[in-house]
Amino acid sequence: MSVTPEDVRHVATLARLGLSEGQIPALVQQLNGILGHMDVLQQVDVSGVPLTPPDQAAPLRPDARPADVLLRSREAFAPAMRDGFFLVPRLTTHGAQGASADEGDAA
Amino acid sequence: MSTNWELVIGLEVHCQLKTRSKIFCGCATSFGEAPNTNTCPVCLGLPGALPVLNAEAVQLATRASLALGCTVHDASVFARKNYFYPDLPKGYQISQFDRPLATEGAVVIGVQADGTPRVIRVHRVHMEEDAGKSVHDRFRDVSAIDLNRAGTPLVEIVSEPDIRTGAEAGAYARRMKQILEYADVSDANMEEGSLRVDVNISIRPSSTSPFGTKTEIKNLNSFSAIERAVEIEFARQVRVLESGGTIEQQTMLYDDKRNEVRPARSKEGSHDYRYFPEPDLPPLRLNAEYIDRQRAALPELPEAKRRRFAADYALGEVEVEQLIVEQALAAHFEAVARASGDARRAANWMLGTVLASVNASGRSLAEHPVTAERLGALIKLEAGGEVSNTAARQLFTMMEQEAGEPLDLAKREGLLQVRDDSALVGWIDEVFAENPAEAARFAGGEKKLQGVLVGLVMKKSKGSADPKKVNQLLGARAG
Amino acid sequence: MSQPDVKTPLAQHTVAHAWSRFDEADVQGLNAFLALDRDAAASGVEGTLAGIPVAIKDNLATLTLPTTCASRVLEGYVSPFEATAVRKLRDAGAVVIGKTNMDEFAMGSSTENSAYGPTLNPLDRSRVPGGSSGGSAAAVASGVVRLALGSETGGSVRQPAAFCGIVGVKPTYGRVSRYGLVAYASSLDNVGVFGATVAEAALGLETISGHDHFDSTSADLPVPSMVPAAASGERPLAGLVVGKPREYFPDNLDPRIAAHCERALQQLIALGAEVRDVSLPSTDLAVPVYYIIAPAEASSNLARYDGVRYGARVEADNLRSMYEGSRSKGFGEEVTRRILLGTYVLSAGYYDAYYKRAQAVRTLITQEFASVFASGVHLLFTPTTPTPAFRLGELSDPYEMYLSDIFTVTANLAGVPAMSQPIGLVDGLPVGGQFMAPHFDEPTMFRAAAALEASLSIEEATA
Repeated sequence: MSVTPEDVRHVATLARLGLSEGQIPALVQQLNGILGHMDVLQQVDVSGVPLTPPDQAAPLRPDARPADVLLRSREAFAPAMRDGFFLVPRLTTHGAQGASADEGDAA
Repeated sequence: MSTNWELVIGLEVHCQLKTRSKIFCGCATSFGEAPNTNTCPVCLGLPGALPVLNAEAVQLATRASLALGCTVHDASVFARKNYFYPDLPKGYQISQFDRPLATEGAVVIGVQADGTPRVIRVHRVHMEEDAGKSVHDRFRDVSAIDLNRAGTPLVEIVSEPDIRTGAEAGAYARRMKQILEYADVSDANMEEGSLRVDVNISIRPSSTSPFGTKTEIKNLNSFSAIERAVEIEFARQVRVLESGGTIEQQTMLYDDKRNEVRPARSKEGSHDYRYFPEPDLPPLRLNAEYIDRQRAALPELPEAKRRRFAADYALGEVEVEQLIVEQALAAHFEAVARASGDARRAANWMLGTVLASVNASGRSLAEHPVTAERLGALIKLEAGGEVSNTAARQLFTMMEQEAGEPLDLAKREGLLQVRDDSALVGWIDEVFAENPAEAARFAGGEKKLQGVLVGLVMKKSKGSADPKKVNQLLGARAG
Repeated sequence: MSQPDVKTPLAQHTVAHAWSRFDEADVQGLNAFLALDRDAAASGVEGTLAGIPVAIKDNLATLTLPTTCASRVLEGYVSPFEATAVRKLRDAGAVVIGKTNMDEFAMGSSTENSAYGPTLNPLDRSRVPGGSSGGSAAAVASGVVRLALGSETGGSVRQPAAFCGIVGVKPTYGRVSRYGLVAYASSLDNVGVFGATVAEAALGLETISGHDHFDSTSADLPVPSMVPAAASGERPLAGLVVGKPREYFPDNLDPRIAAHCERALQQLIALGAEVRDVSLPSTDLAVPVYYIIAPAEASSNLARYDGVRYGARVEADNLRSMYEGSRSKGFGEEVTRRILLGTYVLSAGYYDAYYKRAQAVRTLITQEFASVFASGVHLLFTPTTPTPAFRLGELSDPYEMYLSDIFTVTANLAGVPAMSQPIGLVDGLPVGGQFMAPHFDEPTMFRAAAALEASLSIEEATA
């Protein structure tokens, strides 16, 4: 498995990292260098290794337990807010119930 | 058309669970608050915040799964579904993926022509968090994000691709709503978005062919929209394939106003959700005792009720379905049937006068002044012939306004039917005396005059005579 | 539990003392702090740490000072809620005097990856203090504070503790709440403690430990007394079995570091312990496993820095450009590299080969620790790092830098507690020895470490 410049562009898109073309060759080289060290894992026999440790269980919270409070207003940390809404650039396409189409889709 | 295309449909139903607080934090799930006020470090996705699972959400999801006949697993695993969208605060949605809460259920959506139930299999039920809302019409140049809904608990219920028509898709969705309401896990309201249905649809040349490429239709906000959208998309896919084209796997949006289905302008190819187990949440573990307890606490569910009503009350299929639409209606019907001892009349009253009254008044059945016991007493009067059907309706209207037993009201208003022979014979004698010609012809064998004579007797009694009795008595005098 | 030998040096080290030390020793020049609270004063809270100044790594949420994770993407961000560990320190009376420098989002082993410039090693300003918690280590090593919080994902407390000649502890995963610790790799992250001495580090850890219902991975267990009692008798460690895992003493290990470890092991024997050779055969797989799991989790954990709700934002006329602009401007080189790496190993077609396999090998590593501890071994002893502090800019290849975690990442993968303490000097630079213990057995670890600390002279290597 070898990382190509196209792979780097693809994962940069998935991760919403704006890369310049000039950054790509070095990243291809570095990622291949790092992943080369991972190949040793392919030789390990992992058959029969359980994927989730059997002793862990999610604790459950009572429905009535209150949320942690915000000791600072949302306006104090929000980059852009109006009438209580967080603002983002106009979304070009959308469905009515958050079935948002241009950047992924919610539940 | 040479090919008899088969339509193949699977539904994904998202249902908001009616908890007080969100799935991973203590924020309220209430509607209508000012934007972003029901938010905290967790559902805002602030640096350092962590999710903690709501016990009530687990309980409701378990109930929903059991109500759908699923096997609830002793261990299920939350995963992260990674994608960027402004209404998704963490950049990932916490959702169960390869180890869902429950699998392999079944929903009966009706009875087939051969009398066997029509079963749609449920593939899986999993828990996840809802996203926030993107509001596009609030400000001119920007979109606005409200995260009050972010973190509302959901179950996603995925069917097998067993559905074959738009009508079946609608029936499945309606039955789903009914089951979720019976199980008391959700408001299950499509208009308000607490029940959301996405339809996966493909076509194939015959029922033995491999499945075709499917499209997904979103933005369906009513049951009839589901049925309409399926038919539109079916016709489109047939057109495409019959003109030599291929179906593109894509997301479609249904436009209710224009009644059309059109592609969402999405970049499907770039979707790669990079699921991996959520490291902030250990697996959800439910022991058998817990699951059994949830199962035992379920009420009688629609399919069981349907079978029982059909068996116990000798009612028609359509009437039974109408009576069990809502649990409260079915329960009220049963109380009325018990009180009156006449299920047939109880069903007619419930589906006719009572529902009309409830709908007109906006009151719930529980608040209705004509309680099951009062209605039962009224039906008894009607069934016993003590009041006419018309009088019974008048009495019902009175009973909505005032207290009192129907018998007392009927007496007071003179609505009891006169069945006493001497009174009835008196009126008949008077009618005969006043109409000697007709009386003679009747006595001479002209039986067709009986109807006219009954009418005259009823008129003389000012409607209070029991027409059955009058007929009997007149019949004895016929020649 | 209060111990006179803990309380006295701590109690004498007041906030005023911290500031005079800060000015005297030109700590400003070390760039150890990203924010200072010169007005911070004793709160009047009675507690085990009443009036004691502490420094907090900048990835722990604090209410008055910013929490930036040494990243441009959180420049100026002040958290509206407080990390549980910080609150517990304040509840015990501690005074937060500043936030310390770190590798951006804790990704690094030298504190050179800070958006606000590197921190220098107080013992040799041409060298790194280690990382990623280099600022907190330098704050303790320079004498400004005796207690500081750091965080660990693969050795980010123990390695800088070793480089700076102080004590650094990584607790059992789940012992200390992660609520308010800005996530790097959630399944590996721990809040850790730096102390001037073993007992002070133990007191610090005891103070911040305990169940927290805001963290689902927090252990619902009582907190034992961790501060070791003063050693008594000739052989205070009699009955203790210390394992010496051979994989941590490879042939190419710097012989001077090996010699220091050998001297420490001999001292443990002198204290009554039995030293036993053991094996943890999958040790050499730990760094590859770590550098798959940690970046994978990081790529997801860092998705929230999108410029929508908080943090840096580059305005643009469309969403995609806003995201890409904000994130590429906000994240430094190493963070970008790890997000790309993590996104890659999780992406379609690679998940099974990388992430899933790495998780399985991680389970193997955990099982090996469990079986060694089940065999009657109470603690493990190893070198903390393969080298002493390196020079600023010395390690330019990312993977070479990653290998400086080679002896520390295993404890994070297995979730076991571990700590580093000074055991000697190489060319005047401190060398750390590491104890590792079974899950939730911090007290035994502290007991052995304190006995060793009390009896071992810190001297130059003779090998």
